[in-house]
Amino acid sequence: METIPILKVGDCLLISIQVDMHDRLAMSLQNHITEQVVKHHARGVMIDISALEMVDSFIGRVLGSIAAMTRVLGAETVVVGMRPAVAITLVELGLSLGTLRTALNVEVGMELLGSLIDASTGGAFRERQAD
Amino acid sequence: MNVKRTEELVLAQSEDIVRARQTVRAWMIREGFSLVDQTKMVTAASELARNAVDYGGGGVVLLEQLLEGARAGLRITFTDRGPGIPDLELAQTDGYSTGTGLGMGLGGSRRLVNEFTIASSPGQGTVVTITRWR
Ligand SMILES: Nc1ncnc2c1ncn2[C@@H]1O[C@H](COP(=O)(O)OP(=O)(O)OP(=O)(O)O)[C@@H](O)[C@H]1O
Ligand SMILES: [Mg+2]
Repeated sequence: METIPILKVGDCLLISIQVDMHDRLAMSLQNHITEQVVKHHARGVMIDISALEMVDSFIGRVLGSIAAMTRVLGAETVVVGMRPAVAITLVELGLSLGTLRTALNVEVGMELLGSLIDASTGGAFRERQAD
Repeated sequence: MNVKRTEELVLAQSEDIVRARQTVRAWMIREGFSLVDQTKMVTAASELARNAVDYGGGGVVLLEQLLEGARAGLRITFTDRGPGIPDLELAQTDGYSTGTGLGMGLGGSRRLVNEFTIASSPGQGTVVTITRWR
């Protein structure tokens, strides 16, 4: 079965969604990410959606669930790279992505992730990154 | 009003929802719609295709290229022979869902298009039509 690759970089997991996901694939990504967070004791998850031409209520809900589940497991999730047309459409659709943290691109996302992890670990992440 | 071109797709499983939105995208590009308009129509189509698959037990989607005077449009009709929707107004209320969804599909897709009509009768199925003019 097709899968979306999950890369481990230090304490973080990086996922770049490069395909137009059908619903079962999106659900399996959600399960896969939570498993990998536990397996690798990840503190952060970054999901790059810059290749996604559309986010509908299903995919939006899955992204929100991933963030909520990883938070319970001790990892912060940041979604990066949402296209402007997708953002405009999401607002009109009425989807409030609630507590989902987003950033413009990977660089800004990494900084946000770093500060979110710092806030939950008392600065341990930044110190380790600097070593 | 002139219907210049049509295409029909079957909606049976979640891969068909992806195929429907890719087909809608291709039509919107060919018709010269802006990127934002394309994205709105594709997103609305994805919501309605999913409803037909998840609640209607599958169905068909019909795309029609419209020409009315000087304006061009795309009309998409989603038809299923499922259980139907007992209370249409309630179903279109943001946040109302009988499933595990967010309840944003009907209300949201209505906001994303220029024209939206829905007809349903218990035991007969549901027909939703959306149109976007360029
Ligand atoms: N084609 C259909 N056949 C039967 N019932 C439907 C159909 N489409 C929608 N419904 C009913 O209307 C409700 C609202 O639909 P809507 O798409 O707005 O929300 P949802 O599908 O429950 O959640 P979301 O779309 O946000 O994931 C559904 O929960 C379902 O009960
Ligand atoms: Mg729906």
